[in-house]
Amino acid sequence: MERKIRVLVAKPGLDGHDRGAKVVARALRDAGMEVIYTGLHQTPEMIVETAVQEDVDVIGLSLLSGAHLTLFRDVVTLLKKRGMDDVLVVGGGVIPEEDASKLKKMGVAEVFGPGTTTDEIIEFIRKNVKK
Amino acid sequence: MKELASKVLKGDTRSVARLITLVENNSRNAANAMKIIHKHTGNAHVVGVTGVMGSGKSTLIYELARGYRKQGKTVGIVGIDPTSPFTGGALLGDRIRMQELACDSGVFIRSMGTRGALGGLTGAIFDVIEILDASGKDVVLVETVGVGQGEVDVVKMADTTLVVLVPGLGDSIQAIKAGIMEIADVFVVNKADRPGVDRAVAELESMLDLKHVEGERRTPVVKTVARKGEGVSELIQKIDNHMNYLKEQNLLELRRRKRYEAELVEIIRRELMSYIFDEKRLKGKIDDLVDRISMKKMDPYTGAEEVLERMLR
Ligand SMILES: Nc1nc2c(ncn2[C@@H]2O[C@H](COP(=O)(O)OP(=O)(O)OP(=O)(O)O)[C@@H](O)[C@H]2O)c(=O)[nH]1
Ligand SMILES: [Mg+2]
Repeated sequence: MERKIRVLVAKPGLDGHDRGAKVVARALRDAGMEVIYTGLHQTPEMIVETAVQEDVDVIGLSLLSGAHLTLFRDVVTLLKKRGMDDVLVVGGGVIPEEDASKLKKMGVAEVFGPGTTTDEIIEFIRKNVKK
Repeated sequence: MKELASKVLKGDTRSVARLITLVENNSRNAANAMKIIHKHTGNAHVVGVTGVMGSGKSTLIYELARGYRKQGKTVGIVGIDPTSPFTGGALLGDRIRMQELACDSGVFIRSMGTRGALGGLTGAIFDVIEILDASGKDVVLVETVGVGQGEVDVVKMADTTLVVLVPGLGDSIQAIKAGIMEIADVFVVNKADRPGVDRAVAELESMLDLKHVEGERRTPVVKTVARKGEGVSELIQKIDNHMNYLKEQNLLELRRRKRYEAELVEIIRRELMSYIFDEKRLKGKIDDLVDRISMKKMDPYTGAEEVLERMLR
C-alpha cells in the first residue's frame, strides 16, 4: 500500500501576508508531499475541520503576530477533541524562544525560526510523521 | 472495516475522510468497506465542473454549494489538482476559495492529487464519489483540472457536466475545438463582469445552433459572476433541470452505467497492475522478460503473451 504524506499549510490570525507559507508549501510539494493550502485568516476551527476532512498527517502553521500562543493552543485542543491527536503539528515564523518552549509543552512538535531551511523542515516531517 | 463503513453511512466526517485516504492509498481494507457501502449509493446528484485554468471553477463551486445549502441540501466537494510526475507531490489549492464552508457540517471538502492517473482525474475518484454519496450528501461537486483528456473523462463520472468558459482571449473557441462541445450539459460563461461576455455568449449560442437537432434538448448557456454570486441561482436551476431531463428520458440509468463501467474497469486495471508488479507474484517474471527483451532474445509482444497466458491459466 502506497501512502503519501499529506500536509495542511495554514496561516491563522489576521496579519496579512503568506509568502513564507507559500515557499514552504512549494518545497513540501517538491519533496513529494501532498500539500493542502488554505490561504490567509484561518480560525483554529477552520484549520482543525480542514485537517479532519483532508485527513492530513501534518499541520504546518505559519505565524507572524503575537497571538500565536492562543492560536496554537486552540488548534491543539480542538485536534484532541476531534480525536486527531496523531497529527504532527509544527509552526514557523518569528516566535520568541520562551514562547517556543511553551508551545512545545502544549504539544507542538517543533517550531521553526526564520533561519530554518526548507530541507530541515522536510527532514523533520519525514522523521516524525506518525501513523 | 464494517465499523468504518457503518460510520460512513451515518455521515461521520472523520470516517468519511479516513476511508477516502484508504481508497487513495489503494488499501485492501478500503475494498472491504467499499463492498459494504455500494448498496447505499445512487442518491447524490454528481456534478462535474471543468474548464480552463483560472476560469473560476472553485469560486463557482463555493457559490453553488452555498446555494444548495440555502435549499437545505448537503454538499460534498472534491477538488482535483495535478500531481507532479517527477516528485509525486502536489499543491492542492482549490480550498482557498471555499474555506468559508470549512466549518459547515453539511459540507465536506476534499482535495486530491491525480497521483499518476491519466487525464485530469484520479483512479480513486469513483470511490470517493461513492463514499460521499453513501455518507448522505445530496449533491457532489467535482472540480477537475482543465487539461485535454481530463475534461473528457469527467463525463464518465458526472450526472451533469458543467463546462466553465471565460470571455475574451478566444478561449471559448479553443475549448470547443478540444471536444468540449460534446461533454457539456450546461455551459457557464463566468467572469461576466469582464468585457466581451456578450460576444462569447453569442459565439457559443451560434455553435450550439449549428449542432442543435430539432426536438432535442439544447445545452443551456448561463452567464455568471462567480465572485459576486451572480447568476448562480439560475445555474442551480439549469443543473436541476438537467437532472429532471435525465430522469424523464430514462437517461440517468445510462449515465450511471457509464460511471460503473469506468469504475469496474479502473478497479480491474488497478488489481492487474498490482498483481503484475507484486514481488510475490509476477514481478520476477516481468523482470526476467525485460532482461530477455533488452537482449533482443525476445520481443515485447511475445513477452506480453507469456504474461497473459500465465495469468489466464
Ligand atoms: N472578474 C472576475 N473574476 C473572477 C470571477 N470568478 C472568479 N474570479 C477570479 O478568478 C481567479 C481564479 O478563480 P478560481 O475560482 O480559483 O478559478 P479555478 O478555475 O478554480 O482555478 P484553477 O483551479 O487554478 O484552475 C480568482 O482570482 C477569482 O477571484 C468572476 O466572476 N469575475
Ligand atoms: Mg480551482
